[in-house]
Amino acid sequence: MAAVVLSDAEKLYIIHGVQEDLRVDGRGCEDYRCAEVETDVVSNTSGSARVKLGHTDVLVGVKAEMGAPKLEKPDEGYLEFFVDCSASATPEFEGRGGEELGTEIASTLYRVFSSEGTLDLKSLCINPREHCWVLYVDVLRFFFFFFPPHFLECGGNLFDTISIAVKAALFNTSGTTHNSVFRIPKVRVMEDEEGSKEIELSDDPYDCIRLNVDDVPCIVTLSKIGYRHVVDATLQEEACSLASLLIAITSKGALTCMKKIGKGSLDPESIFEMMETGNKVGKSLHASLQKVLDEEESLGTTRQKVGFLG
Amino acid sequence: MAAVAMRLPAVRKAVGPSAPRGGEKHLVVPGDTITTDTGYMRGHGTYVVEDRLVASVAGAVERVNKLVCVTPLKTSSHRTAQSCPVPVVVELAAYINIIFLLQVQQKRWKVETNSRLDSVLLLSSMNLPGGELRRRSAEDELAMRDYLQEGDLISVSFHCLYSDRRAEVQSIFSDGAVSLHTRSLKYGKLGQGVLVQVSPSLVKRQKTHFHDLPCGASVILGNNGFIWIYPTPEQKDEEAGGFTTNLEPVPLSDREVISRLRNCIVALVTQKLMLFDTSILYCYEASLPHQIKDILKPEVMEEIVLETRQKLLDLEG
Repeated sequence: MAAVVLSDAEKLYIIHGVQEDLRVDGRGCEDYRCAEVETDVVSNTSGSARVKLGHTDVLVGVKAEMGAPKLEKPDEGYLEFFVDCSASATPEFEGRGGEELGTEIASTLYRVFSSEGTLDLKSLCINPREHCWVLYVDVLRFFFFFFPPHFLECGGNLFDTISIAVKAALFNTSGTTHNSVFRIPKVRVMEDEEGSKEIELSDDPYDCIRLNVDDVPCIVTLSKIGYRHVVDATLQEEACSLASLLIAITSKGALTCMKKIGKGSLDPESIFEMMETGNKVGKSLHASLQKVLDEEESLGTTRQKVGFLG
Repeated sequence: MAAVAMRLPAVRKAVGPSAPRGGEKHLVVPGDTITTDTGYMRGHGTYVVEDRLVASVAGAVERVNKLVCVTPLKTSSHRTAQSCPVPVVVELAAYINIIFLLQVQQKRWKVETNSRLDSVLLLSSMNLPGGELRRRSAEDELAMRDYLQEGDLISVSFHCLYSDRRAEVQSIFSDGAVSLHTRSLKYGKLGQGVLVQVSPSLVKRQKTHFHDLPCGASVILGNNGFIWIYPTPEQKDEEAGGFTTNLEPVPLSDREVISRLRNCIVALVTQKLMLFDTSILYCYEASLPHQIKDILKPEVMEEIVLETRQKLLDLEG
């Protein structure tokens, strides 16, 4: 991540501000920055979304392809994550520089989705042990490319942004959406007398597998600053925080994954406090995301596409 | 109470530029021929192809006597002898970034000034604590990190070339790096406050860039696009020579003003309005009906900036 160097006095100012529940940009400790969500931005994916939180800009594309199920779960489809931290985000990512961060984010996403019940993976199975749908989730990270990365209120809170974008992309489909489902064409396997199998695609474009994304979790990162913790930390605030707790929360408030990042340590008591805050914030995060997605869907084809140059 | 605001992106129109003053500017894009007259001198942002003077950056053409240069629209601040032919005092708020080896061997700090190259601050061009005037000794060199650490912010000024009165400081090295100095006690280390980085072209050149605003905070508008917002100090303590920083917590009322000012500046910059004391103050006043964190919402931002612009136009008459 782009490093910020702050002087001691600047750090002190931020820490005192967090204690008084007034952060540098006027937010309280539990406030998110204004986020922008747009789905259906890449036409050749099954579903895609772009989320901009402050100046953290993330594009997620989901592509469904047929593959063989994993040996340990023969009757389930699976998700593959790939996170690309391109050098256009920051020069540090040049060459193999972004690989480490990309792998870290991808492995976190695997953990977040490894919990049962986040997605109905059984419905992705076509025929056990042989064919299933694999959802390739590709995350691409940008910075607002008109500004050098250090300008204005930049960056920070990559994990949350990516998880919001992943949920939005899963929600989105290449066609019209109905009732928060992710659509993948329905296929049947025909078997003739000799035992050879043939895959048949349904002629009706509306005949599809519906994947419920209601329980897809979102990540809420809580950064410990001074005696308190904040959500949606900016890069400057991240520089003041020694440890952050990353929790994945479903819309019903179930916690599917928890991870500590940063080199500092956390007191068990403050972990519980952070979990409670995360739970509360996570629920309202899901609620407002759902609201935006529903709003976008209700606009249908009348929606004006904005994309990256808007 | 947790607030999570999400929205669909809207196609945003920047508030159009205010009526151009002083006639139309000669604007060019890279590759445009500026002139075919060979009598001109090639300045920054230009190059010569077959006797034609061609722009290498997008921006406005500026002519000083025979010298033709192009000032880029989006730029990192870069002052050189060529772009700035008259001796002027330019104030910069600079980001300190020490490089150890340089520091020990060559008695200097390396600083980030938001320009193409890092600049250099010589130990000899710093005030000593207490404002002592003497030769810098070896002890001073060893104590350099006590004065300024990596990440510290300082405000400095630098005189441009052609003023040969103070030869040792106002030099521009052969590679274009600038040597800075903080000789006046007005400049020095910055304490608690907030830094906003904007495009240098949005900071209006003025006589003074230090402003104590009546709303209860002070700003330094660095010409390099670094803007420092800090609580107005109660008494101007010039004795310490700018090396001591006040680490007392800033009261909440001051914090609110600072945060509001910060968001106002971000709003002005997003809508491409020039930054100077009056525009900031008008924007601050226009933002008062809104909560601090709401200022950054696009529609509020637009409303405030429009109001500010109207007030500025009224002021001009």
